[in-house]
Amino acid sequence: MSQCRSAFRRIAFAAVLSGFAASAQAVVEIQFWHAMTGANNDRINDFARKFNESQGEYKVNAVFKGSYPEAMAAAIAAYRAGSAPAILQVFEVGTATMMSAKGAIKPVHQVMADAGEKFDPKIYVPAVAGYYTNTKGQMLSFPFNSSTTVFFYNRDAFEKAGLDPNRAPATWPEVMAAAAKIKAAGASTCSFTTAWQSWVQLESFSAWHNTAFATKENGFGGNDPKLLFNGPLQVKHIGNMQDWAKKGYFTYAGRKTEPEAKFFSGECAMLTTSSAAYGTIKQNAKFKFAVAPLPYYADVAGAPQNTIIGGASLWVMGGKSKDEYKAVAKFFKFLSDPERQAVWHQTTGYLPITMEAYELTKKSGFYEKNPGTDVSVKQMIVKTTDKSRGIRLGNFVQIRDIIDEELENVWSGKKTAKEALGAAVARGNEQIAKFAKTANE
Amino acid sequence: MEKRARFRSWWLPYALILPQIAVTLVFFFWPAGQALYYSAFIQDAFGGNLQFVGLDNFRELFADPHYLASFKVTAVFSLLVAALGLSVSLVLAVFADRVVRGATAYKTLLIWPYAVAPAVAAVLWVFLFNPTIGIVAWWLKRVGVDWNYLLDGDQALLLIVIAAVWKQVSYNFLFFLAGLQSIPKSLIEAAAIDGAGPVRRFATIVFPLLSPTTFFLLVVNVVYAFFDTFAIVDAATSGGPGQATEILVYKVYKDGFKGLDLGGSAAQSVILMVIVITLTVVQFRFVERKVQY
Repeated sequence: MSQCRSAFRRIAFAAVLSGFAASAQAVVEIQFWHAMTGANNDRINDFARKFNESQGEYKVNAVFKGSYPEAMAAAIAAYRAGSAPAILQVFEVGTATMMSAKGAIKPVHQVMADAGEKFDPKIYVPAVAGYYTNTKGQMLSFPFNSSTTVFFYNRDAFEKAGLDPNRAPATWPEVMAAAAKIKAAGASTCSFTTAWQSWVQLESFSAWHNTAFATKENGFGGNDPKLLFNGPLQVKHIGNMQDWAKKGYFTYAGRKTEPEAKFFSGECAMLTTSSAAYGTIKQNAKFKFAVAPLPYYADVAGAPQNTIIGGASLWVMGGKSKDEYKAVAKFFKFLSDPERQAVWHQTTGYLPITMEAYELTKKSGFYEKNPGTDVSVKQMIVKTTDKSRGIRLGNFVQIRDIIDEELENVWSGKKTAKEALGAAVARGNEQIAKFAKTANE
Repeated sequence: MEKRARFRSWWLPYALILPQIAVTLVFFFWPAGQALYYSAFIQDAFGGNLQFVGLDNFRELFADPHYLASFKVTAVFSLLVAALGLSVSLVLAVFADRVVRGATAYKTLLIWPYAVAPAVAAVLWVFLFNPTIGIVAWWLKRVGVDWNYLLDGDQALLLIVIAAVWKQVSYNFLFFLAGLQSIPKSLIEAAAIDGAGPVRRFATIVFPLLSPTTFFLLVVNVVYAFFDTFAIVDAATSGGPGQATEILVYKVYKDGFKGLDLGGSAAQSVILMVIVITLTVVQFRFVERKVQY
């Protein structure tokens, strides 16, 4: 059904475009497909409009294409039909799919070099840029909207439970001690919950403890890594969470952002989720809350390292003309402007992409006025290791689903942490092997 | 008496069904052929690397215990949707048929859910049953039911069955009502004069005379449960918890459109196609014999 509608939209769109083509022949026009909704959609349109007004040679058309998977599926269908957009926003789990699609994409570093634009990967925040960089240090896609995993807590509930509202629990044992106190005091009906369980409790958790998620540098070094997230540390953590679930300290509330609603409604006193949830929580919470770094286990050597990003980057599609690539390069240069990046970071809650944008924001006093907004940044601006740079797996979408399914079996008590993670690793490895068969790298 | 219509020219009947045939070819046979073709290949998302693998996609599926488990879920789900959907709408139709005053209002209200998109239907029911904000969930908790479909697979299945049935009841209702109204009143009146009560009249006259409608609806409902329910599953449970609500068609959608594994997804649709063709043939060959037209 949505296919029909998008096909119709495409036709209508093409009709509109052909109308424009006659009036403005000299202008090189490129399509930019994205998946941003609400206020972020407005901001993207704003970027495109300002870019178009800033010069007369190129025109960027920003088009909303549905959710991340929908936008990606639409672009793939368009590519197969020979009408792909020049720029496509792809979520982080689609990275491996895009990378291995040689010919279908054009690496960003090459686009910039061909167009003669200066492009220095070093100006980007390492943990952000690293996710989209190959082993040779070349950037394949343009970092755009990135967030990371952080800890939110309800200060009012902390006070009610006799805890210090100015001191967030830093480690997992402290989180659970707080959960026990909150439950005992009846400060809220649920003590702790987590959104994005695979991303927060396994992917970011592993990087935060400098522990491998998969072999071959978490998949950065090749298409056929083996998953390692059933190691002793992860089994211990998921086992602990199962225990906390049994005791009523941890309440499972869904695979995606559903748990955020449990936090801002006041039902749950503590939450781990994306730093980009800040805006929604601020808008809805009728109590005082604070942001803190993701908890860790203090007895693990190397922890805390850095957390892993989520969000999306911009990919340049293959098979376009030289002029079109020039337009893409100019647009990316426009987006890289530190002022623009700083505003994007401050208004959306996404991470600053460049160090300069971070410095600018710091200088403007934004972090003092909005305490906690720099937590995510501080978690990210460290030198990453092979185990913390990011995770890049083929069929990652399916692997996340598998992890979700197996973790649900843990929370409901059907499986132990060891059984479930073992099963998830085995099933995930099959997905990776399947992907490697058709990957071009 | 000759019932068949006769056409003078040989080409006119073919010309008249041509549009229907064209639609069927383009929207049913062509995609089905494509699914068959792609099920024998593996490819990357962009179609740049197409490799012939013969029956490997199928072999992989049948070696996967999770895929096989999905059959069981689908069987339970379809059975429940068809059985509940048919019986609830039959009861409603029988009662609506008796209503004299305000019949149109009743009928309109009963047909209403059919206009609701499946995903919206699922969201409506999720709002009612959501463990955090749902009003029904709140009632259930007050009477002591530990309602949390996010972790309880049976409850999750129940939720999508309710949403799927609610959505389909209107359609069934419409056909049952039409079927009921086409039963000659004289038959029922004659039985009434002979002293048959309402239950007996329904069991011996109405229900047998309704059997063509019931049979038709059985086929339609099974096909509905198999193919048209993925939006409900997607919006309500996404196949979880674990794989408790992962029905076959949802897995096709998930692997194909979200996971971009087109070969595996095509193989699954071929299997689904075979199942539905088999079911329909079985229904027509064996169930239809009991149907009185």
